[in-house]
Amino acid sequence: MKKEILIKKGAEASLYLQNWHNRKVIMKKRLSKKYRIQELDRTIQAQRTKRESQIMHKAKEAGVPNPIVYFVDLLNSTIVMEFIEGKQVKQVLNDLPSNERIKICKHIGELVGKLHVAGIMHGDLTTSNMILTLKDDIVFIDFGLSEQTWEVEARGVDLHLMKRAIMSTHFMHADECFKAVIDGYEKVLGKKATAEVLDKITEIERRGRYITER
Amino acid sequence: MSKSYCLGIESTADDFGVGIVSFEGEILANINDSYIPKKGGIHPREAARHHADIAGKIITEAIKKSKIEPKELTLIAFSQGPGLGPCLRTGATAARSLASFLNLPLVGVNHCVAHIEIGKLTTGSLDPLTLYVSGGNTIVSAYESSRYRIFGETLDIAVGNCLDVFVRESGIEFEKGKAPGRIVEELAAKGKKYIQLPYTVKGMDLSFSGLLTAALSLLKEKKYNIEDVCFSFQETAFSMLTEVTERALAHTEKKEVLLTGGVAANTRLQTMLETMSEEHNARFSVVPKGYSADNGVMIAWTGVLSFLHGITVPVERSFVKTKWRLDEVEVPWVEKRNIN
Repeated sequence: MKKEILIKKGAEASLYLQNWHNRKVIMKKRLSKKYRIQELDRTIQAQRTKRESQIMHKAKEAGVPNPIVYFVDLLNSTIVMEFIEGKQVKQVLNDLPSNERIKICKHIGELVGKLHVAGIMHGDLTTSNMILTLKDDIVFIDFGLSEQTWEVEARGVDLHLMKRAIMSTHFMHADECFKAVIDGYEKVLGKKATAEVLDKITEIERRGRYITER
Repeated sequence: MSKSYCLGIESTADDFGVGIVSFEGEILANINDSYIPKKGGIHPREAARHHADIAGKIITEAIKKSKIEPKELTLIAFSQGPGLGPCLRTGATAARSLASFLNLPLVGVNHCVAHIEIGKLTTGSLDPLTLYVSGGNTIVSAYESSRYRIFGETLDIAVGNCLDVFVRESGIEFEKGKAPGRIVEELAAKGKKYIQLPYTVKGMDLSFSGLLTAALSLLKEKKYNIEDVCFSFQETAFSMLTEVTERALAHTEKKEVLLTGGVAANTRLQTMLETMSEEHNARFSVVPKGYSADNGVMIAWTGVLSFLHGITVPVERSFVKTKWRLDEVEVPWVEKRNIN
């Protein structure tokens, strides 16, 4: 292992950018937690590392681009994956012309739809977890909070989170963006399933947990 | 000028408590009495009957202890929710009669807000990320634009409830009235072997029902000794709690962590949260014994804070709210106190 650059330190994991067998890669290392006893800590880290890499694979099968996984090291709870060249959608979305922005959001909606059809909930659908590549593709990253389920509730939660992320980061164009996301989503899931998810989102918002949005 | 005092009544569940505080936050009396079920868990009607039986006695005792005269009181506060209907109504009835008889203003207090406020009062914590853990609630919250926002909570049962049911169903012999959490803690201290149990964290939310079922089936299998099961049970449950607290801490970037509620008395949980807080350079504090479990003082103190911001409730509209959520309550006093 040659020189590595720490590019992000989260509560859960650290991300390092490095050269690995002549490839530019991201090394995602889950941090061990001192407060937990070692046996429990190891089990949790290994389980999550395994699940994340498996879900990334399933997402690819579902037609949702995400980094290629090169190596999974369960003992050190580390995933070595492709480094995606490009920009976070978060950084570019606000400055695009309206028609471009709508196009991108619609595409994002389609990708979320494909994930949901495959029973994958991303768990953290913010625009900082989507990369607009040099070839104008959208690549989803950070499947650390993903889970597998086919429940409408989970779909609602996943999209609700995305709505909130859009409202906080792209508030100038929030309505336009979210509508486009839903258009794309509907293209994949169809009218009926989409309506169900939208009803769920309304229900989630009304639960009082998000009382300001009532 | 003579001092102002508030009498607070707590009766959301099995505890009936009366506390008296001055408007400056001095604690003059803290008297509690618990309903102890003959068998099983809390029977709401039985608990309410217990509260009604001892209410007069506890109020008298608290006033005696405080060394003030009833006529020196300025305010009556009561826990208006969330909690068990019959228990809440008993406390509310006592509070209403006191307020009417002494001709004093009445304040309805949210029980969860009170647990946070008593923690802040007793530890000097100003703007903490709070983990509130008890028999009825498991909530990670922090102040954000006029309310205590909920960042994470249990999706099913509370961690304290999980401990209670575990002890009851396990058939462990223990003296009546001793807190089940304490029993698990003592047994767990003698445990060594970690047995794998369901660890359920979803984002910042938690679930304890699977853990409870699994821990009980471990006991029924009779393959493991009770100490090891308690050890594993406790390690799993508290690691989950610490993990969600850590996530919320990273998210909110608060500089203080506060542990409050009945389960806060557990030293293993305290140690875990302290370790985690240190890693984030956050100051960790825990509510002192006597104020961790439900008590009247927290209600009295929150009553004072509310009253000073013009919040009172007329007797005829002082209905209890059994499902009153923490984040439904405006807490106008917080902003001002932080600036001071």
